Parts: sequence; C-alpha cells; structure tokens
Amino acid sequence: MNINWFKYSSPQTFYPLAGRMIPWFAWLAAVFAIVGLYISFAIAPTDFQQGEAYRIIFVHVPAAWMSMVIYIVMAGWAAFGLALNARLSAMMAQALAPTGAIFTFIALVTGSLWGKPMWGTWWVWDARLTSELILLFLYLGFIALQSSIDDTRRADRAGALLALVGVVNVPIIYFSVKWWNTLHQGSTISMGAAPKMVTTMLIGMLLMALAFWMYTIAVALMRVRCIMLERERSSEWVKQLSGANS
Amino acid sequence: MQWASWTAFFNMGGYAFYVWFSFGLTALCMAWEVLALRKRSAAALRLSRLLAQD
Repeated sequence: MNINWFKYSSPQTFYPLAGRMIPWFAWLAAVFAIVGLYISFAIAPTDFQQGEAYRIIFVHVPAAWMSMVIYIVMAGWAAFGLALNARLSAMMAQALAPTGAIFTFIALVTGSLWGKPMWGTWWVWDARLTSELILLFLYLGFIALQSSIDDTRRADRAGALLALVGVVNVPIIYFSVKWWNTLHQGSTISMGAAPKMVTTMLIGMLLMALAFWMYTIAVALMRVRCIMLERERSSEWVKQLSGANS
Repeated sequence: MQWASWTAFFNMGGYAFYVWFSFGLTALCMAWEVLALRKRSAAALRLSRLLAQD
C-alpha cells in the first residue's frame, strides 16, 4: 500500500478533483431537499401546541446545526493550516466562512420569525440567541480580518488564531439551553435520549439537515476553487489550466 | 396528506407569513450564494486566462 496522501493536498491536483465532486454533492443536496420538503409539508403532522408555525423547525434547526458544524470544521482546517503551514487547509477554512455566516444569519432570522408568533417577541437577549449572534460576528470578523491583510500567509495565520479562539463559543451555544434559564426550548434531539418529537417530523428535519450538509460541501468546493485561482494566478499550474481551456 | 386544499396549505394555519418568509429567505440566500460563486469563478477564470496569454 503506497498511497500518496499528500497528492491531493496541493491545489493543482485538488482543483480538478473538486470540480468533479461538485455536481455529485449538488445533486445529493437537491434530492435530500426535495424529499425533505415533501415530508416537512405533506407528511409531518400539525403540532398540537404550535399549529403549523412549528414547520419553521425544518429550516431553523438544520441551519443552526450547520452554523455550528461549519465553524468547528473551519477552525479545524485553520488549525491544520497553522500547524503544518499547509496552504490548501487555510484555503478550505476561508472557503467555509461565508457559508457558515449565511447559515448563522438564516438561523437567527428564522428563529426570530418563529419567536414572534410563539413567544410574542422577535428577539430576547438570552444565552442561546446572544451566543448565536456572537457566532455571526465571529464569522464576519474572520472574513474581515482575512481580507484586510494583503499578505496571504499572514492573513491565514491571523484568521486561524481568531477562528481557534472563537471555538469556545460553540459549546456555549450548544449547552446554553441547559446552563441558563432561557425562553428558547431545549434540544429536540440530544445524545443518549429519545427524541422529543414525532418520527416523521424527525425524519423531515434530518433530511433537511443532510441537504444543507451536501449543499455546504458543494458551495465550499466551488469557493475553494475560486480562491485557488485567485491566489495562485501567477503559478505555472493556473497558467497551464487557463491555456488548456481557452 | 395534511391539507384539505391548496388554500389551506398556503395559509399555513394562519402562520403563512412566518413559515413562508423562513423558507423563502433560506432559498433566496442559497440561490444568491450559488449565483455569486458562479460569477466569481467566471471572473477568476477570465483573469487567469488573460494573464496566461502574456
């Protein structure tokens, strides 16, 4: 067995590979979304307490999950890039940040749209909502910091430090509903306990989460390809690629 | 099927604004992100092509 694991860690080999993977993840995302939406709206029953308003859960919870998962993966790539000085890892971290920010934004706005009819208010400064808002600022801070430094290696290092320090916020978001008294309802699904929801609702939510996950991989690969081209414009492989395509 | 009619479906038990706004916003964000990335990738390819010609 002599697999060269480092082969795909260089941009010139990863660029075409990423290009071939994008359609697969895009199709998977579409299929999961279609089935997930069908279950969310046609199969899942009306909630006995919240009526039809609860259906916001099918975008709110998957978006909130992704906002946290993407941050952890982004910080992981950033740490990897920092430790090994690997340029592709830093590019992956940079490619994930905007998608993470978008999912955080979606989680906050759909939460607000759910809070208004159920709690009677768009916003409260409680632990769950505030820590999720801080997550949005962490993403925006990471993007702003990286784009404000011209030297890409220094930008990567500064961004990685910010991403790593910000990781403490993720468990705070996750456990906030346990640690503090909050208006936000507790976890619908938690490890080691039976889910507190009807099975069809649960399946709908998990399918939507899978769709968001596949979508995230597809757009992150699209973005990392852009970043590779932009950063390595003057390198030989980009010149060859451009020459071959034109 | 949960719905007596299409009207009932679109009405979402009186929560139409909140439910459809949530799903609409999510769809818009995703569509915007994909379109923006397509534009960015086309621009990056165009520029590297120009540089490759020199």
